[in-house]
Amino acid sequence: MKIRAVPILFFLFLPFCGFGKAALPKAPDVRGKALQEGAELFVDYCSGCLGLSFVRRDQFAELGFSEKRIGEMMITDGYPGQPMRPTATREDQKLWFGAVPPDLSLAARARASEKGSGADWLTAYLRSFRRDESRPTGWNNDVFANVAMPHVLWEMQGAESPAADGRAASTRDAARAGEYERRIAGLVGFLVWASDPSAAFRKRVGIGVVAFLLVFSAMTLALKKEYCREIENERD
Amino acid sequence: MKTPPSEKYRSNGGLFADLLEWLDARLPLTAFWRNHFSEYRVPKNLNFWYFFGSLGLIVLSMQILTGIFLAMHYQPSAAPNADGLPAAFASVEYLMRDVNWGWLIRTTHSTGASAFFLVVYLHIFRCLLYGSYRKPRELLWIVGVLIFYLLMAEAFTGYVLPWGQMSFWAAQVITDLASAVPFFGNSLADWVRGDFSVGGATLGRFFALHVIALPLALILLIVLHLLALREVGSSHPDALSIHDPVETGEIGSIPFHPYYTVRELHAASVFFLVFFAVVFFAPEGGGTLLESENFLPADPLKTPEYIEPVWYFTPFYSMLRAMTRPLFGIDPKLLGVVSMNGAVAILFFLPWLDRSPVKSIRHRGAVFKLMLFLFVLAFLTLGFLGTKPPEHIVWGTIPGTSAAQTATFFYFFFFLSMPWWSKIVPQAPKTRNLRFK
Repeated sequence: MKIRAVPILFFLFLPFCGFGKAALPKAPDVRGKALQEGAELFVDYCSGCLGLSFVRRDQFAELGFSEKRIGEMMITDGYPGQPMRPTATREDQKLWFGAVPPDLSLAARARASEKGSGADWLTAYLRSFRRDESRPTGWNNDVFANVAMPHVLWEMQGAESPAADGRAASTRDAARAGEYERRIAGLVGFLVWASDPSAAFRKRVGIGVVAFLLVFSAMTLALKKEYCREIENERD
Repeated sequence: MKTPPSEKYRSNGGLFADLLEWLDARLPLTAFWRNHFSEYRVPKNLNFWYFFGSLGLIVLSMQILTGIFLAMHYQPSAAPNADGLPAAFASVEYLMRDVNWGWLIRTTHSTGASAFFLVVYLHIFRCLLYGSYRKPRELLWIVGVLIFYLLMAEAFTGYVLPWGQMSFWAAQVITDLASAVPFFGNSLADWVRGDFSVGGATLGRFFALHVIALPLALILLIVLHLLALREVGSSHPDALSIHDPVETGEIGSIPFHPYYTVRELHAASVFFLVFFAVVFFAPEGGGTLLESENFLPADPLKTPEYIEPVWYFTPFYSMLRAMTRPLFGIDPKLLGVVSMNGAVAILFFLPWLDRSPVKSIRHRGAVFKLMLFLFVLAFLTLGFLGTKPPEHIVWGTIPGTSAAQTATFFYFFFFLSMPWWSKIVPQAPKTRNLRFK
């Protein structure tokens, strides 16, 4: 009976399986030093406008930063448990960009879809800025159409001019592209960490829990078999 | 040597034995244990499918336990905090990050909701396989269907609480269904929401329903369900007719404790193994258990591109959407609401729709097997289509809406035509299998 139940269970689980195919290229897996660089890049380039209101300053220690280094790298002074709020006010941002930028604490989890993980989306997004004179900021994005954010990292990636424009030639080249890829990988890795800081700890604990339950299930199986034998020897 | 039910516990002089004697003289302690465990007779041949009732009870306990700790930190408020995020949404994230082991409590609760439905669906499916709803278990079955209704309400109100985009818009879609009721529909919808659209008032009442009213009602009905079960006893996978000698305990029954308690213990440990593997390694379940859209705070001004319910509601959601044209002069929206509710309500009549002379699938023959297979297929198809936009094309050829309409039709056809096809059974039943495994 148990063996027959397996394919039925599998059948019942089918609706859980994703049928969508991955449309976004896989983001690289980053850890250690690269994550720290990503955190520094976020603080230097992004934190003026974009908040991580669920991440606290002293949590940066989990990425391997010393307390002293955290104090140095932050733009503004603050207490250790202070949330990473943007330095610019909401009113100013509304004036500059026409909208208040979203809180990015959960960006990496919110952007996951059938097309790929949140990291895949963020990486594709950071790769896909292009010049567009029709936009107020002069920038547009192929992944997020008519995005209000300009390409803050354009000096790292270089700018690609529209062909019809005929003015400046492309300032993007292979050497730059490699370096840019490395830096955005760190940045995306940092945002993935920020969206679920307990993920690494959770998996470590999980191994212990699953190992215990494996042993426990084996023990309960042995116990069950012992009682089974008792019943089999008995007659109706 | 059986103890007569009236016999009270006699101490052998030890301290705890004295205490037990004192308690047992004043409370029916040992009688309860005998009636419900050590002398409660159960058919010895119950199989894999009979685990899901007790697993449901385990998941319920887990939901209540984790729920208590969630309620300590959760704030049922839609008001924005200093960062412009709704307080309810922020309090869930606070739980996930700042409360010690809060992530574990929350993901156990959110994964537990899905596990509850999985277990309950399999529990219901077992009843269909072995005719467990037939006489004398009609009331047991009816209470079970009521529990299923309440469980859906409990899951829906709970889903709204994190106040993410999907929480908000699902609440909007579902509360709006009340407006399909003729004459006073709009007033009814406003009454349910406590506002003209989903807002803080809705969140407050859903919280109260989710943590107090519905769990209390659920527990009450589950007690009734168990009482009814103890009265009529368990059915079994080899059940012939309503006068089956195994069910009446004439042959092949064993005490629940210790034989079934050790089996349930093993079932529970395997269940926990799978469950906690999900909790620790895939708490989002690839967007099925925690939808990515719900990591965005509720925004009444930004409708998501596509609103989809959690997987356990998708079969019913598909039925709602399948009604695209008026039928018998009834407006499609009302028709959708009627079929969605009717899909569950028709289960109440199942004990009387089934006219088969035998109970278990083992003796019912090919017609029943084919019908049940198609029914499960229709249900899963509806479930799958509910996770897709209505314009989804199945296998590149069949429009999703037509597939959903066909499946909805078959869902009801299965029940409504049952009085006829259920009578068809082969003559002689095969040999009986009454082994304890």
